[in-house]
Order: sequence, then C-alpha cells, then structure tokens
Amino acid sequence: MAHFTKATSVKDWLNQRLAIEKVEKVMASEYWIPKNINFLWAMGMVLVVTFVLLLVSGIFLLMYYVPTTAEAFYSVNYTIMREVGYGWLWRHVHGVAASVVFLVIYIHMFTAIYYGSYKKGREMIWISGMLLFIAFSTEAFSGYMLPWGQMSYWAGMVITNLFAGGSLHADGLVEWIRGDYVPAQAFLGRFFMLHVLLVPIAIMGLIGLHFAALRIPHVNNQDGEEIDFDVESKKYLNGDKAGSKVMRFANDFMSKDMMVVGIFLIFFFYLVFYNYGFAMDPVNFDPADGLKTPAHIYPEWYFLWSYEILRPFNIDLGLALFGFAQVIFVFLPFLDRSPNSVPANRRGAAFKVWFWLMLSNMIVLTAMGKLPPEGVFSQIGLVAAILFIAQWIALPIITSMEKKV
Amino acid sequence: MKNKEPIILAVVVFFTLVTYYLVEPYAHHVMHKHVESESFAYADLPAITKTGDAARGQDLVMGAGACVGCHAIEAAGMPAAMEPQMAAASYGVNPPDLSNAGVIYDARFLTDLIKNPAHALKVEHKFDADKGQMHPMVGFYGAGGDIDQEVADMVAYLQSIAVKPEAVTPALAYENACGRCHAMSYENWTQIGTKPKFKHEKDSLAFDIKVLEYQDSIKTYMGKLPPDLSMYIRSRNEQFISTLVENPQNHLAGTAMPRTGVTADTMDKVIEHMKDAGDTKRHKREEVGKTVMIFIVIFALFALLWKKQVWRDLH
Repeated sequence: MAHFTKATSVKDWLNQRLAIEKVEKVMASEYWIPKNINFLWAMGMVLVVTFVLLLVSGIFLLMYYVPTTAEAFYSVNYTIMREVGYGWLWRHVHGVAASVVFLVIYIHMFTAIYYGSYKKGREMIWISGMLLFIAFSTEAFSGYMLPWGQMSYWAGMVITNLFAGGSLHADGLVEWIRGDYVPAQAFLGRFFMLHVLLVPIAIMGLIGLHFAALRIPHVNNQDGEEIDFDVESKKYLNGDKAGSKVMRFANDFMSKDMMVVGIFLIFFFYLVFYNYGFAMDPVNFDPADGLKTPAHIYPEWYFLWSYEILRPFNIDLGLALFGFAQVIFVFLPFLDRSPNSVPANRRGAAFKVWFWLMLSNMIVLTAMGKLPPEGVFSQIGLVAAILFIAQWIALPIITSMEKKV
Repeated sequence: MKNKEPIILAVVVFFTLVTYYLVEPYAHHVMHKHVESESFAYADLPAITKTGDAARGQDLVMGAGACVGCHAIEAAGMPAAMEPQMAAASYGVNPPDLSNAGVIYDARFLTDLIKNPAHALKVEHKFDADKGQMHPMVGFYGAGGDIDQEVADMVAYLQSIAVKPEAVTPALAYENACGRCHAMSYENWTQIGTKPKFKHEKDSLAFDIKVLEYQDSIKTYMGKLPPDLSMYIRSRNEQFISTLVENPQNHLAGTAMPRTGVTADTMDKVIEHMKDAGDTKRHKREEVGKTVMIFIVIFALFALLWKKQVWRDLH
C-alpha cells in the first residue's frame, strides 16, 4: 500500500491520492505539439467545443421533449419553441451545431488526407476518427427523426427501406428495424433511445480512443517532418523555447486553439441567430403525415454525397456502391501505398490531382444529391458517382507508383 | 517560412461557400417555382367605375341584396342565425360575418365578388353553373337600378361599418381572411372560433364535437381538411404564403383554395399573426443575438491577445 503523509495543502492532499500534477503534465503541459502547424490543427478543439454545445443544448431539450408520435412535434414546436424559457435558443443551437459539426468534421478529414496524417503509425487516429464519423452520422440521423416532422418521417421511411437490400426483399428485416410496417411509435422510441443514450455513449468512448491514438505517434505537422519529440521537448524544458521544434499543449497550443475557437464561435452564433434556415429544413416544420409524401425527399446536406452514389444506379448496384462509399474512407491508410507521408502538394502530380478531384467531386455529388434527379442533374450525378468509385479503385495504383520524396 | 494561413483559410472558405450555394440557394431555386407578387392589385378584375353611397348600400345589404339571409353583421346588430357547424353543414363553409369585410378585403375584389363569387374567388373550375355546380353564394343580380352603382353602394356600406385599417389586429386579419378554413391550434384558434376555457370537461368536449362537425363539412366542401397554419411561417416562407394567398392558382393550379381578396395591408397582418404563432420568439432572438455576438467578439479578441502573448516566447 502506498505511503500517505499528512497533507500540507489541498493540492498535496489530492496529489497523494490522484497524482494531479503528473496527470496535468501528461495531459497538458508536457504533451508536446509540433510548432509547424496551422489553424487547421485546431479543428479538433473546435469539434470538442461543438460537441459540448450539442451535449449541453441536448440536455435542456431532453427535459421537455416527449418521444411519442402524438406529442413529439408539439413538444418541439410548441413547448420548446414557445413555452420553455430560451427553449428556442437551445433548439437553434442544437440544430445548427448538428449541421456545423459535420462541416468541421469534413474539414478535419480533408486536412488529414491532405497532410497524410493517417500514415506512419497514425493509422489508428484515422480509423478511430472514421468510426467517430459513422457514430456522428448515426447520431445525426436518429436526432433528425425526433421532431417527427414530414422530413423525419419520410427520411426514416427511405433510409430504413434500404435495409430491404434491393431485390433481396428483406422486408422482414425492415419491419424488424421499425418495429412496425411503417415508421411509428416503436420506430420513434428506438431512435430516441439511440439518440440520447447508446450513440452518445459510443461517441464519448470513441473520442477517448481518438485522443489515445494520438499519444504515441503524436500530432502530425504541416511539413510532414519527422520530429524527435524527446530531444525537442528537452530543448524546450531547458529554456530554449524559441529554438525547440515543439511546444506544450497547454498553454502554448491551447492559446491558439482558443483563438480559432473564438473566431469559429463568431461564425457559429451568426448562424444560430441570423442564418439557421440551412440547418432546419422547412419541410420538417410540417407534422409527419404518412398519407402525404413531400415533393422532394432529401437528407441533410452532409449525407447528400453518399445519397447521390445510391441514386443514379439500379437499386442493387446503387446499394452496393452506397455501402462501398460508406466504408471506403476507413481503409484509406491501407489503400494509400505511397511511402511518403508529406503534404499532398509534394507527393507528385497524381496524388495532388486525386486529392483536389476527390474534394471537388464530393461537392458535386453533394449538390446533385439535393437537386431533383432529372435531366442533366442525373447525368452529372451518374458521372460523379462513377468518378468517385473510380478514384478509390485507382488510389492504390497511383500511390504505389509514387516516387519517394 | 512564409505564413500560409491566409491562403488556407481562403481555400476552406471558398469550398464551404460553393457547397452552401449549391445546396441551399441554388437547389431551392431549382426545386421551388418562383411566383412573383401581383402587388395585391387584382388587376384581372374590372376596375371600379362608380362611387358608392353607404346609406343606399345599407338598404341594399339589409334588403334587396339579401346578404343578411346568410351573413351575420355583428357590427350592425345582425348576429349569426346559426352556429358555425350548422352553417357549414348548409353551405359547406361558414359564411363570414361581414362586419369588417370592408377593411379586410380589397374594394375591387368585393365589387366583383358580389356579382360573381366564383369568378372573383378563382374557383370557376370547381363551380361551373352550366354543369349545375353552383357556388354556395348566389351572385347579386341587381335590385332594378344600375347594378354597378348598387354594388358600389353595398361596398361603401361595408367599408363604412368596418373598423379603421389601423384597428385591424393581426389576429383579426387572420380570423377573417383564413380562420374559417384553417385552424391555428398554437393560438388556440379553431375554425369555429377561439376555444374558450371551460370549467367542465364535458363542455370542452362538446365544443370539440362542434369543431369536428364543422371540419367534416369543410372536408366535403374542400376535398380535404385545410391544414392547421400554426407552423406555416417556418414550413413555408413569407413570400410563398403571400403569393399563394394572393392567387392560389399561381402555385397550385386547380386547388380548391379560393382567392381571398385581401388587401396588401391585411396580408402583412396575416403574416404577422403567423409569425406570432410559429416564430413567437423572433424579437427575443434578435435581442439575444446582438448580446451574444458582442460577447463572443470580445471573447475572440481576448483569445487573440492571449495567443499573441503566449506565442511571443515561442518564436
């Protein structure tokens, strides 16, 4: 058993029992971050802040939300929006944050792809990040069901129908998921549980894993430079703060994180108060009606690119490619056969083109996913979907031909 | 090494804005037909040529015009002859009380409506007299004199008994122009009026039964129950609602919804009422928005200064 002495201060008392000084060093002051990074490295902190905003606003909404098909719409649009003090604010914060969190996730993801931050020991950071993406997607979809508006109902109908597996006609599976022939009380109750309990727990666990995955390989930097963290941190601790290539997480990098968070929050609250329409689809302000299909059914913007990979093909091929698109990003560290872990612009023309084309093409897919699948839009969608698949098939080939830089 | 952050920021902002533009303004532009406002001029209807006389109009409205056979005029001491659900069972929809018709509806519209209701209401596709489909309101065929003068007199009378335009509240505008077909449950409005607070549940249920009876009639009359408009200001938008009310056929050709003939001023008040129901906290949102923005800018400034201070030693 450890030896305890009479404490000289509260800090000492805690130190003997929780080793708070050591924890502080490991987590903050001696958690070393490279200096050659830019503001894109603060997206992790921006995501943490956005997640906290979602969690806190969600807790307030949960106090008044009623998860029944008869009361859900009313509890959101009347009770929360009109009766509860600042209920409207919590709802708008929650709705806008749910959308903005995906914007930041996509920026975070493409940053990692651009700078090769999924390579050379950083594979688990990428994989845990992509698991987080899947968990956030589930969270977003299940949350979208809860106001029980027209888009909740019909998106729920369309997405659960996918589980029939096209011409497999696994209708029994769809009914099993819904707990009914159509989205109804059992469906709403299940998605409510997923949204407020199971998926948030998974997200919090995965955030822990994501952070843990960073410890050993350390954060990447914008030059793809291999840094000897032991040597550089010693230099820092010996007083050569300017000469060292690394800095403390807190307060050094934290101060930059907070600066970026501050600018992000200006943008975020501007959206919350003055431009929230993009995150709160008008169609969902009509109560769910199983006898009235909306003219256009589309998912929220962050799912549109994968929705568009489903749409241009026949049902079986579409489903197969949709499934491919859902999981393929997870395998990026193994599909990229290049020996280089440097920024995309230094990896030769092939990967550079691949990166910017992937980004642009996903924006094209996103746009076509929302537009009605008619005329030129469905042709553009088809080409973009094929290009997306082709790019992933080409990736191992073009990267294995890449010259070492 | 030169600072790449401005160019990185520009790239991020560029791709974000392109995505936003395509998914929001552009996609909505493609998906939703844009209907221009007709400025509530009712230019398709004949222009008014006569100046009416309210006193003669009163005689016509109360007498030869036969308006009060179906319409109540509370302002002139003529209460409704039947309860709304009974009236709806007879006419399809409860004929409106005309007390404020003179201020709610456009004069040009009223002038045409009195002579030819289905034409002014733009429901001739539904009520074709040649096929025996009679509009429940019978047009005015004249009382023996100049029919245009007589109609002008009746309109003048309706205008003379109505409240002043500035006295029209948003709720009054909504209740007159929309409320006999569209409930607004978040404002406690039913098609037969505001639901009172009842002491006994059986009285409350009795009221609900009247509402249901009314709704049955209107379902038959319109083809479906017109939607509750509590959240319509969010599920549609101002421009859509306003151009729909102005001329429903422009948005939904063949719809059973009649043109209501409201004035531009009434329309503004209807919109205001819909905002009161579906966007109740809009004033609070603006007020809180300002405070939060000021706070967060100050926060960002302090964060910037802190970063500068911490990083001074790092370079």
